[in-house]
Amino acid sequence: MTNTASHITRADIEDFLFMEADLLDHWQLEEWQNLLTEDACYYVPPNDCLEGSHRDTLFIIADDRERIRQRIIRVMDPNCHAERPKSRLSRIISNVRILETDGDLIKISANFVCHRFRRYERGGEYVGKMHYILKRNGASFLIKERRMLLKSHELGSLGSVSFIL
Amino acid sequence: MSRQGSYVIDDHEKGIFLLDRIVHVSEDVLRDEMKNIFAKCWIYVGHGSELKKPGDFHTRKVAGRPVIFGRDQKGVVQCFFNTCRHRGAIVCADRTGNARRFFCVYHGWSYNNDGDLARVPGEEAYTEAFDKKQLGLKGPAKFENYRDFWFLNLDPNAPSLKDYLGKATEYIDLVVEQSPSAKMEVLPGTQEYAVAANWKLMVENSVDDYHLPSTHSTWLNFMANSGVKMEAPTEPNQILPTKGYAVDLGNGHFTTDNVNFRGRPVAKWIPLYGEEAEAEIADIRSELVERLGPERATRVADTNRNLVIFPNLVINDGSSVTIRAFYPEGVDKMNVVAWALGPVEESESARARRLDAFLTFYGPGGFATPDDVEALEMVQKGLANWSDDRWSEMSRGMGRSEEEQLNSDEFHLRLFWRKWDAMMKEEA
Repeated sequence: MTNTASHITRADIEDFLFMEADLLDHWQLEEWQNLLTEDACYYVPPNDCLEGSHRDTLFIIADDRERIRQRIIRVMDPNCHAERPKSRLSRIISNVRILETDGDLIKISANFVCHRFRRYERGGEYVGKMHYILKRNGASFLIKERRMLLKSHELGSLGSVSFIL
Repeated sequence: MSRQGSYVIDDHEKGIFLLDRIVHVSEDVLRDEMKNIFAKCWIYVGHGSELKKPGDFHTRKVAGRPVIFGRDQKGVVQCFFNTCRHRGAIVCADRTGNARRFFCVYHGWSYNNDGDLARVPGEEAYTEAFDKKQLGLKGPAKFENYRDFWFLNLDPNAPSLKDYLGKATEYIDLVVEQSPSAKMEVLPGTQEYAVAANWKLMVENSVDDYHLPSTHSTWLNFMANSGVKMEAPTEPNQILPTKGYAVDLGNGHFTTDNVNFRGRPVAKWIPLYGEEAEAEIADIRSELVERLGPERATRVADTNRNLVIFPNLVINDGSSVTIRAFYPEGVDKMNVVAWALGPVEESESARARRLDAFLTFYGPGGFATPDDVEALEMVQKGLANWSDDRWSEMSRGMGRSEEEQLNSDEFHLRLFWRKWDAMMKEEA
């Protein structure tokens, strides 16, 4: 552990994650993109192979930075039928832990519950563990990698993951 | 309910085809389907590559029936009902694994992985009439494969799988030929998604190229943003940048057959893959030409197709290879399972490219599938008015000859409905 990293507290990380959650819950995706490094990745592995690599395993989502940019263009387009009207989202994040620091990189994990409500009151609870690699950025952080691990045995009942989980 | 009349109006003279919307909402229809369709047809179970070693197994629900799809100690691929012969409990609760024996937790009966009943606790309490040899795990009446695609059939009088598939085998061959050793494998990771819609709507959706511009404008936009040429259609009736046909394969099977514009891992480069991939794709293509000759190589590499094996298996041989099966869970709900398939000898980078291409379109987090799901759910919502607005219109392309039926016509959808309608009229 380096000296610079030792200043980081769990509260610093929590503040950042709560702020990110608010942006995602409110579909402020342009602002959310500002939280990403230029090489950021976003992964949702399949629930039957959570430890797999997206290079040899079929994921639900495996976006590099450019794909994230395209995902946002798509999801904000009024012709993205799966998100029209937009799902109402409410994320609860807890059990935040700092797992490892390496220079200006910080590995963290947390539990999340993302409540999703679509029209016709069909909804779902996406429950899981989030693993982030954060990069120090002045007094705050940028996201280098976000990996969302879903706990459910079967994704079926949750339907499409057409929002940013 | 036995039925005299048709669920379709098929008027060749006027060129009109209408479908009775009751087929998507009626519990009676679903009950008849389980007898007349799912208990008569060959239903896809899994791919042999999912069972690498003796003892490997997957439990899955196939057409409402819990089954064990496994490889026994001798290496033989097996399919059993996941139901204890004693009192009926499932004998394997794990989704996947490797086991020599399946063990019923209720009273401890255990079965070898070839299905034989191995052990019954307290066996001395039974009479001589109790015959363990007769009490192995039961399975479907028939279980056969074509090129390692395994199907079950509940009807002992069913034709062989090869006869059933008929001309569809040619299109499965086109998939398998993408591998130099003719060995394809299912990749790790399963996509699953439930759709609040009747299962037959997924059959239509999987091959209906008419819906692409409206349902998937955001995907077409993404392809254009990624440097893929999205030229306007050049011919009348054409919807997409390149032309494609719908082809009748008999027995209710059919396929689209399109000139490719969206890239293929084997082997048609598009800018989306990145410049660094160009050389490797050229190599994959040279191997195809060398092995299959230039004409067949072009057929494999430059055309894409969405194949429907009646009633509920789709092989999307497009920007990746998808095996998609779906099963009714009630009249207005289906579960969809999708796997990615690739050549066993594929390099690490080609494999990664294949998976990436898969995700650009397909799956619950893809850039297109979620909008398909939404469209089908919107259909099911709208069908609540079925009794007052009874018929779906499916006549597109009926004025043209069979040879001129495009992927964006409804010719292939009508093939499905005619076959389905004929089977529903038979005495089960």
